[in-house]
Amino acid sequence: MACDSVKTPKATVPGNEPERLRDKTAGKPVLRFLTCGSVDDGKSTLIARLLLDSQLVMEDHLQALELESKHAGKGAQDVDLALLMDGLQAEREQGITIDVAYRYFATKNRKFIVADTPGHEQYTRNMATGASQCDLAVVLVDARKGILVQTRRHSHIIDLLGIKHVVLAINKMDLVDYAEDVFAKILSDFERFAAHLNFESLTAMPLVAAKGDNITTRSGNMPWFNGEPLLSFLEKVDIATASDTHGFRFPVQWVNRPNLDFRGYCGSVSEGSVSVGDEIVVLPSARTTRVNSIVTYDGALERAGRGAAITLVLEDELDISRGDIIAGGKDRPSVADQVCAQLIWMGEEPLIPGRRYVINCANQTTGASVTKIKHRINVNTQDHSAAKRLHQNDIGVVNLAFDRPLAFEPYARSRTMGSFILIDRMSNATIAAGMIQFGLRRADNIHWQAIEIDKQARSALKNQKPLCLWFTGLSGSGKSTIANLLEKKLHAQGLHTYIMDGDNVRHGLNRDLGFTEADRVENIRRVAEVSKMMVDAGLIVLVSFISPFVSERQMARDLFDDDEFFEVFVDTPLEICEQRDVKGLYAKARAGKLRNFTGIDSPYESPEDPEFHLKAGTVSAEALVDEIVLALERKILSR
Amino acid sequence: MQSLNHLKELEAESIHILREVAGAFERPVMLYSIGKDSSVLLHLSMKAFYPSKPPFPLLHIDTTWKFAEMISFRDQIAERYGVELMVHINKQGVEQGMNPFVHGSSNYTDVMKTQSLRQALDAYKFDAAIGGARRDEEKSRSKERIFSLRTANHRWDPKNQRPELWRVFNSHLGPGESMRVFPLSNWTETEIWTYIGNEEIPIVPLYFAKERPVIERDGMLIMVDDERLELPRGETPEMREVRFRTLGCYPLTGAMVSSAKTVNEIIEELALLRTSERQGRTIDKDQAAAMERKKQEGYF
Repeated sequence: MACDSVKTPKATVPGNEPERLRDKTAGKPVLRFLTCGSVDDGKSTLIARLLLDSQLVMEDHLQALELESKHAGKGAQDVDLALLMDGLQAEREQGITIDVAYRYFATKNRKFIVADTPGHEQYTRNMATGASQCDLAVVLVDARKGILVQTRRHSHIIDLLGIKHVVLAINKMDLVDYAEDVFAKILSDFERFAAHLNFESLTAMPLVAAKGDNITTRSGNMPWFNGEPLLSFLEKVDIATASDTHGFRFPVQWVNRPNLDFRGYCGSVSEGSVSVGDEIVVLPSARTTRVNSIVTYDGALERAGRGAAITLVLEDELDISRGDIIAGGKDRPSVADQVCAQLIWMGEEPLIPGRRYVINCANQTTGASVTKIKHRINVNTQDHSAAKRLHQNDIGVVNLAFDRPLAFEPYARSRTMGSFILIDRMSNATIAAGMIQFGLRRADNIHWQAIEIDKQARSALKNQKPLCLWFTGLSGSGKSTIANLLEKKLHAQGLHTYIMDGDNVRHGLNRDLGFTEADRVENIRRVAEVSKMMVDAGLIVLVSFISPFVSERQMARDLFDDDEFFEVFVDTPLEICEQRDVKGLYAKARAGKLRNFTGIDSPYESPEDPEFHLKAGTVSAEALVDEIVLALERKILSR
Repeated sequence: MQSLNHLKELEAESIHILREVAGAFERPVMLYSIGKDSSVLLHLSMKAFYPSKPPFPLLHIDTTWKFAEMISFRDQIAERYGVELMVHINKQGVEQGMNPFVHGSSNYTDVMKTQSLRQALDAYKFDAAIGGARRDEEKSRSKERIFSLRTANHRWDPKNQRPELWRVFNSHLGPGESMRVFPLSNWTETEIWTYIGNEEIPIVPLYFAKERPVIERDGMLIMVDDERLELPRGETPEMREVRFRTLGCYPLTGAMVSSAKTVNEIIEELALLRTSERQGRTIDKDQAAAMERKKQEGYF
């Protein structure tokens, strides 16, 4: 290759022996595991004990710990091991774990990465974060308390996330006099509960994490226990489940173009393997070609397996970009724009069907919305119940629709191709973790009918540029008055217009909808879709709707081309609207006879950056309409 | 199919993260501190984008109190790797005569490192800053995400971090927000050294034991790197065989007595050490949770 010159010169450090260096655990399989369970069951203490007993706690850290334990009112000989793990000041102050901490330790046999996860229900999202990185879970139970709600919740989440190997660590045995029957009872309770879950192995052990019983050595206090201590079990446990037969999967991360002669695609092999000469398919475009070469800094490869970070050069020049999936030509993932998936809802705001979110699935990013919540899962009883929304920490099964088809596989087959996150469009927060169960085939059977007369042809005939003017504002702000006046002026100029009014639409198209948040979302969705059709028909559409939520107005905006949608914020102060109270609705709402009324007991989210911001409380409707006409004139008349 | 051995796994994971940054952000930058972790990060970047050069510049926040050997090493880096290196110094800090001896380590670090970094990030409007921090270094770092959000004021909110599941990274930013990205999150100190040895990565010679002039002050061995180190207590520098486990500003970085002159000897020494990596760093100990507080303010 012509690019050898960019390679780094080798170092001139002393001691560069030609043979590989001796890191005693290098080359050994890593075990990634988490500790979970209810608050105060001793998760952090257990990890601290593992680190302490494998001599991995450093002296300066231990000194700091003794100081802090004294500070917290504990004797120096009785250091609080959890303080070693809880790295945030708020955690140490409150004595709880808030966020997941990752710890690294190695014995002579294995390297471990352990995720210490929080037990409180409100931090379930952080527990799920830890679990998604792991292959094994240590579920802690306080011997005095037995299986608690949070034990069940965590067991359910680790099962959802596909963890197959579980250690049931029954802790604080010293506080139940090391009684075997307590241990046996908790184990059988757990087994009954876990029968519904998909664990492949379940290993129970009685522990006293704070004192070290059955951690690195067998405990003399519980001679009735014949099993191995925890650490030697973890050193030996075999977690290999990966199959060699999986088709090649490669989400493209970055297009590598150092010069005109080289075009490669950077990414990591998420499933299967790839060899030079293999036939591949690029999804979703479904174009096929062959692998020309596999480039790495350390030299070209003939073959690359799971996990390898490589650069693929293909035989044909195809249009491939970040977000495309390269897959084996024969064994391909599914492609669909609707799927059924399990969701762990993490957002502070509840999930509302119809609301638009951003999905990221194997680097494919697009808009998505939940079309239906099939059911919510009660983690305590495993029961399914109907739900109109999912709240923070709820788990549910939903149908999702994407803005464009995505390539995916069921999560049970591929963690990379079957997992996704949902992102809030406004706050950019990660609000859900999802695991795809299967694709919905509807998309395959409904084909888009191509129509030859298009928007441009229709609007040309009308000699205008089609537009959507979206009026938003409180009830009584003057939206309809201004829209009416504007339509009259446009009509007088010979333009083709139509008004969609909130009240009028509820008499027909949307008469089945009420005023709950979910119904309002659906109300707006329908109106936005109809307006889009009208714009497609070449019309200038004036939509007059309270439309109080930023995300719904964004949903409407997303349906249109960039220069077609104009948000008109009719900004009249609440007091003035309430004074006017044309329809007598404010009075009813204040009297408690009308629920969910915008501005009174339901929020109005003001537009941040509307195309038109009308101060309608102080300026006359006439003047405001003239302002809009002036600004629009060029756009509309010049087509 | 045989699984990658774990150093290869770590390497692949870091390359994956670096490529995510290049793919997902408009103006990324790599924070280059001249230390061993930065050396590994730079080496991994050369691998990640080969045959292209890393699609981001390097940025060094120069406090003007680094070891002279670090600066001469840094100045060769840009040429050696063929990458763009930017150096930022907090000019107001220099004009105020910021000095770790006079102003105290905490104050000095805030002005010459934290504020300086924030100035540079703001001036160039970087939306992602790649750093070499590792979770095994310090307990507040063990809590940090790989993609770690910063507010428009560069603040870290440790109690409200985005969930980070699988290898799906949320790179979406609001106005003014930025991301700190830590590709070496899952590496340990021993793995860094093993990798440096295996890959023959150039590092500053201060990491290797040598006779150096040091004085003992407040239980730390401070190297007399230039004439700015005043000796009011009449201390006399003595030559001792020392090396540095981490590198920072010379007045704030303690040396350790050691005879480890090769990477192999360092790894052997680490296996016997009973103190943590940042033990030689004054700035971590000013008060309880010092690192967490500094990180919240925008320190790396």
